Amino acid sequence: MDLDDTPEQAAYRAQVRSWLDEHKSEAPILQGPGALQDEDEIVAARRAWQGKLAEGGLAGVTWPKEYGGQGLGPIEQVICNQEISRAKAPGILDAIGVGMLGPTIIAHGSEEQKSRYLGPMLHGDEVWCQLFSEPAAGSDLAAVQTRARQQDDGTWRLTGQKVWTTNAQFASYGLLLARTDVDVPKHKGMTMFVVPIDAEGVTVRGLRQISGEAEFNEVFFDDVQLEEGAVVGGLGNGWGTGLTTLMFERVTIGLGSEGMGYNSTRFAGAIAADEHARRDPEVRHRLGEIASELLAVRFTGYRTLTALQKGQIPGPEAGLAKVTIVAGAIKAGDLIADVVGPDALAEDSQWAYMISFLPGLKSAGGTEEILKNTVGERVLGLPPEPRLDKGIPFSELRSKEGAAA
Amino acid sequence: MNLALSDEQVFLREAARGALSRFKTLEAARGALDGDDSAMPDLWPMAKEAGWPGLLIDEAHGGAGLDAFDAMLVLGECGRVLAGVPLLGHLPATAIVNASPNAASWIGELASGDKRAAYLPSCPPNDIGSGWSSDSRGGLARGELPVATAGGRDSDQDGQTKVSGSFAFVPDAPGASGFVGVALIDGKPTGVAILSESAGVQVEPTTRYDATRSLAHVTFQDAPALVLDAPEDALVSAWYLAQALIAAESLGSVETALDVSVAYAKERFTFGRAIGSYQAVKHALTEVLRQLENGRSLLYYAGWARNGAPEEFPLAASAARAVGGNALDTAARTMISVHGGIGATWEHDAPLYFRRAQLSRRLLGGTGQATDRVAGELIAQADAA
Repeated sequence: MDLDDTPEQAAYRAQVRSWLDEHKSEAPILQGPGALQDEDEIVAARRAWQGKLAEGGLAGVTWPKEYGGQGLGPIEQVICNQEISRAKAPGILDAIGVGMLGPTIIAHGSEEQKSRYLGPMLHGDEVWCQLFSEPAAGSDLAAVQTRARQQDDGTWRLTGQKVWTTNAQFASYGLLLARTDVDVPKHKGMTMFVVPIDAEGVTVRGLRQISGEAEFNEVFFDDVQLEEGAVVGGLGNGWGTGLTTLMFERVTIGLGSEGMGYNSTRFAGAIAADEHARRDPEVRHRLGEIASELLAVRFTGYRTLTALQKGQIPGPEAGLAKVTIVAGAIKAGDLIADVVGPDALAEDSQWAYMISFLPGLKSAGGTEEILKNTVGERVLGLPPEPRLDKGIPFSELRSKEGAAA
Repeated sequence: MNLALSDEQVFLREAARGALSRFKTLEAARGALDGDDSAMPDLWPMAKEAGWPGLLIDEAHGGAGLDAFDAMLVLGECGRVLAGVPLLGHLPATAIVNASPNAASWIGELASGDKRAAYLPSCPPNDIGSGWSSDSRGGLARGELPVATAGGRDSDQDGQTKVSGSFAFVPDAPGASGFVGVALIDGKPTGVAILSESAGVQVEPTTRYDATRSLAHVTFQDAPALVLDAPEDALVSAWYLAQALIAAESLGSVETALDVSVAYAKERFTFGRAIGSYQAVKHALTEVLRQLENGRSLLYYAGWARNGAPEEFPLAASAARAVGGNALDTAARTMISVHGGIGATWEHDAPLYFRRAQLSRRLLGGTGQATDRVAGELIAQADAA
């Protein structure tokens, strides 16, 4: 049992570190003195930096070499992330594209799609967004209603709405899950598409949240025309293709759980700064409870890495780490606000931002309730909830749901 | 990066499970609560046969030369079946003796298990100026460590001293051949070893709520003791080793509590459905799994840190203790409630796990102390950064 690099990993780390030593002065400054302020400038600078990282082999570490990647494993990806963070340089702009959507295209896309999209994605020339969730399809993702209808000439017409879409405001393409057949049960009638965000009929609108900022978007599709070749992974195979994306999402989260800044060191620092709080038994007890669980998540991450190193894929139980992180960070925000007082809630306070962000994060990537169902059923083997939607054509579902209500 | 069990560790765990399965530990626990003093099997011969007494003693001294994580695996198996194997007392004691060159004449018998030691829980200072302390018989005030009244490392060549003071609720003290812990000599924490047969040693066995847990109040009145030359680090580390071991034992109990609860939730039907299909039950069990997985991760942290990052061992072991203690409380209560009324009856195993949870959380400083220590260690880290 150890947390050390193997000789090969140490050599890789040295190689990444040396590249960063040479190039980190070219990275955009996002925090502190001299930080870029304008949103468009920030995006442009981060695109260019992603391009440099890709040229240096620090983006798409796990992608196959033939698509511009390094053909390495998840451990090397983590080493790369650690070194980028150590160099205090920003990571890639399009983590969703490179981490989840690109690998989906590599697994399910046509040769034409791979050669057209993967290169510009990896280099940050074309940013991607994930168009899966809808207002009425979140935890129950297979309930998507966005409808794609094939025309006589083979092209498609797309109508509907997506939501919680990160990066759509500057994305070139989205990977979209649409309903293509309403006469079969809901998991069978979906298809995955590549959608150009600049296509006529696509509208992107920022979705402001509790903090007042818009980290996400709503994306509307009004009779958008798509090429016949926009289908990824075959007609009617949207669910299976989407599951691949979600598996890579789990891997991405598993490799980056410390990256959100919800860690015991940061929270303890805030308490240590107050002479009274650091000696107060109640404050110490609350901090100890929060920090113990967050420390556990760090080592759960290392366990996940060990499993990945052995070629195992993280299962749904990795989602429990997310429950712990969010719950721990919520309690930490509460504790710090109790200690700091109303200043913690000042508009420019890091704590106000965190406190505002967390209630929504509880539902991100599937609500906590559905996540616990999945873990209870897949990991503990408990029987599933009875379902009203099994084997029912999608077109008949809504009336059935109405009758049940 | 490798946080997985080695083949040897898997074998150690399986062998422990097999050895313990030869005893009806749960029936014994219930029998002992009913007043049958002979119900509790003596598991020490089995532990000797398995080589557990010497787990943490160097091979050169007849031990297995393994590390904390291996010992934690064995404690986890004991916890699964509520087996009263007196390792919680013995192993931290052996860790101190193993770090004391002048105790070499004792170590062989401790490694073989021919002699059994009990650790006198001696809690090191924290970040806000508490001194060394011991568990007291009750109340929030911590007890003081015994004082060595004469002699000492510097003043007495043969390393003999006399110790006066007391420790309350010492795990595995009844029947131990000797005790190992910390006493203050001129205010300086010093390892001491005391034979139980010596004059001035009083061992008062006591049982609280969980008959599987052997405890005693131990009092010394000018008791002759050997001053150990273990470095202070080893005395500090022994406390955290004890925290890690009771955490591992608790999480073993959580595993069984969860397994039994899940099995029942699949076979018990209400309103035409297995109760495990209801979210209220499913989510309660998933919460136990969440806490168990967090605890397991912290066992890896503690097991790695004892040698891999000794400066983090206090944090890692305390965090494991805090999470392990909470997890067992949650698991035992969930076990009772998932079973409905029958879970609260004498005939069921759930109350045995509940009793174990209740008492374990109050021993060795208590989980509250460990939780506070996590905060203290992190605050100290923040100051150093």
